[in-house]
Amino acid sequence: MSGPIVRIEGLAKRFGAVTAVDRVDLDIERGALFALLGGSGCGKTTLLRLLAGFETPDGGRVLIDGQDMTGVPPHLRPVNMMFQSYALFPHMSVADNVAYGLRREGGGGAETDRRVGEALDQVRLADFAKRRPAQLSGGQRQRVALARALIKRPKLLLLDEPLAALDRKLREGTRFELVRLQAELGLTFVMVTHDQEEAMSMASTLAVMDAGRIVQVGAPHDVYERPASRFVAGFIGLANILEAPGGRWVALRPEKIVLSAARPDLPHASAGKVVDIAYEGARSLCRVALDDGRTMLAATSDGAFRRGQDVWLGWAADAGHPLDE
Amino acid sequence: MRLVIALPFVWLGVFFLLPFALVLAIALGANAPDSVPPVELGLSPKNFALLFTDDLYLAAWLTSLRIAAVSTLAALLLGYPMAYAIARAAPARRPLLLMLVVLPFWTSFLIRIYAWMGLLDENGLLNQFLRWSGIVADPGTLLGTEWAVHLGIVYAYLPFMVLPLYATLEKLDVSLLEAAADLGARPFAAFLTITLPLSLPGIVAGCLLVFIPAVGEFVIPDLLGGTGTLMIGKVLWDEFFTNGDWPLASAVAICLLVLLAGPIALFQRQQAKGLERRT
Amino acid sequence: MRRARFAFTMLGFGYAFLYLPLGLVMAYSFNDSRLVTVWGGFSTRWWSALLANEAMLQAAWLSLRIALASATAAAVIGLAAGYALARARSFPGRGLFGGLVIAPMVMPEVVMGISMLLLFVGAERLLGGPDRGFLTIALAHTTFSVAFVAIVVQARLADFDRSLEEAAMDLGATPWVTFRTVTLPLIAPAVASGWLLAFTLSLDDLILTQFVAGAQSQTLPMRVYSSVRLGVDPQINVLATIVVVVAAAALVLSGWLTRRSA
Repeated sequence: MSGPIVRIEGLAKRFGAVTAVDRVDLDIERGALFALLGGSGCGKTTLLRLLAGFETPDGGRVLIDGQDMTGVPPHLRPVNMMFQSYALFPHMSVADNVAYGLRREGGGGAETDRRVGEALDQVRLADFAKRRPAQLSGGQRQRVALARALIKRPKLLLLDEPLAALDRKLREGTRFELVRLQAELGLTFVMVTHDQEEAMSMASTLAVMDAGRIVQVGAPHDVYERPASRFVAGFIGLANILEAPGGRWVALRPEKIVLSAARPDLPHASAGKVVDIAYEGARSLCRVALDDGRTMLAATSDGAFRRGQDVWLGWAADAGHPLDE
Repeated sequence: MRLVIALPFVWLGVFFLLPFALVLAIALGANAPDSVPPVELGLSPKNFALLFTDDLYLAAWLTSLRIAAVSTLAALLLGYPMAYAIARAAPARRPLLLMLVVLPFWTSFLIRIYAWMGLLDENGLLNQFLRWSGIVADPGTLLGTEWAVHLGIVYAYLPFMVLPLYATLEKLDVSLLEAAADLGARPFAAFLTITLPLSLPGIVAGCLLVFIPAVGEFVIPDLLGGTGTLMIGKVLWDEFFTNGDWPLASAVAICLLVLLAGPIALFQRQQAKGLERRT
Repeated sequence: MRRARFAFTMLGFGYAFLYLPLGLVMAYSFNDSRLVTVWGGFSTRWWSALLANEAMLQAAWLSLRIALASATAAAVIGLAAGYALARARSFPGRGLFGGLVIAPMVMPEVVMGISMLLLFVGAERLLGGPDRGFLTIALAHTTFSVAFVAIVVQARLADFDRSLEEAAMDLGATPWVTFRTVTLPLIAPAVASGWLLAFTLSLDDLILTQFVAGAQSQTLPMRVYSSVRLGVDPQINVLATIVVVVAAAALVLSGWLTRRSA
């Protein structure tokens, strides 16, 4: 089969007066690790729930593997979801949780047991099969939820903020594990996240959402380097938004700026004074008040700069990226 | 889902709502002692008129409201500190302390009221104790007075007061009181300005849960109040069972319902609000 | 902490107030004297008398059967009502429905009693039945108890994580299978404690029963009432003792169920 695994056409969803998803068109390629990124209330979770079938669209349609999903209830969709809260059934053991989906297909007996064992092996929880969810740690619960959602080999795995409930240290390791699993299984993952770092580091493709619309789709590198709008430039990473000749706007990343005590030999150079320094370990971020009244952010790995110091900012001719709006 | 809604809806419609229409129809009829059932249907408001003109019935209405109000207040004054103490007790001990409040509710209502009969009788244990200890040489009889009715209502309905109060007090964030103290409020001022206003939903729910059934109470005035205490629930009972006047008893029921419609609606709104907050 | 000390003193006083009368009744169930206010030595004669009291035992048996039937019916209807209230956010007549479910909880019993009797009298005239007795009492008790089960179920469902049900459907469970395998097992303790509440309420009810019972049916509270009206009766002390002990056991059970459901 060819063509995108998911095709979304003019999809819309309103809750009362609020438009959560506003005529979205989107294709998701087979085998992608696709991230829906946006702030809270941007409609990303609603979009995910429309894919799963928990919400009924007010307009448009969703095709999964070429099949129109309109009117198909959640339990008949070839899609599984990992919930943000994990939604593990508290009255069932880990094994019963994982087996739940297979048993709904009428499965049972040795074959189900074998597949449950395999799934638990895959997430390194074979020794925990008999436990109840309440007896597991946060990370273990997350892996049970993953195993449960994967056991039916869905065409599409939906992940709602998959790492949000984990503490920071565990999150790093789990990121890699999810990426590894996705590559191994060759499934399409669609995940929702508000954490741009998470989206950047995991996704093969990401879509930035704002106010119910998708404002940019692309590979993380492309979106970072070539943001389409001021919103994207500001939402993903830090950016200085400069006015270019001809009334156009340009996004300039702080790390594209050279900070120096003497005037640099670059096409663009401005003098200013350091007003704030935020030390971030590998680099420091300086807020510089330029003599012409503008304020800009510049990154430097040189720790020698002090607040109040007179400095020069310089950047190359192609350092900035022109914005559409 | 439609079936899930329909089953209770139809059941309650037939067994709860429809009967009130019948009560209203009967209340507009006349007493006919010789027929079975003893009712002659009609459209006369004279039963209602009687309830609001006859001194005896008027007195019964006022007595019911007064006794219910005073008892509710007494139950609040006793129940609030109890609920407060349980909410402030060590978390591990709270379930037991709460269970001790609820336990009497699970025993028979009738038997709890009965328990006071032996205590309040002229030669009952209370008077025996008073005479023996010399506190009161010649105590009167409490049984058969309004005092006994108040006592019985507070006793019987105390759990209904404590439970909602505890529910709101237990949720109260202790750091709010610490913040108040930090800003210079003495404990009593903190109580008046923080605890009391925040426990208001519990106070309202508790008072309604005591007041509403107390107004129409029958067993307590019948067993503890004697012939002297005329409460409207007892009037209804006597009109129905003793005098066999179904229309008049029905009119009493309709009036009681109208009288309590406000408090019942208030209680219902509070319940709905409370549940919505939790979802 | 002076305020808290006052509160704890009141708590102690409250417990004394609640338990002293019951304690005395229980103690006097072992009183040898016929006079209920005079202690005449320890005896179990009233226990034997009660256990040989055929009318009382028959009434208790009738009450138990009614309680069993009405609590079970109320659990089913109350489960449906609580589920509808918690899950169906809007449907025509939802306001009326919410009112109907909760109103019997606070409705004065004399009002409910007379209205239900009139319904049964009307049904008898129009449909020729049912005869007043077991069935009418059980119907009345069910109607009255639905509210209590519904409230408990609704409260439990309000705390319920909806994503559990969504997860089940996502894994291929139809709505009915979802209810059977996920929702019901998780709210079962609430339903059970609602059933227990309905059972107790039915066992205890006097007023509603008095209205809708026919001439032949005498439930336990009706027997107790007619005996108590004439004054204090040592056999009732014995019955009270049994009731308190059974209630304590039931409460421990229900507390255990609620803790398990939390």
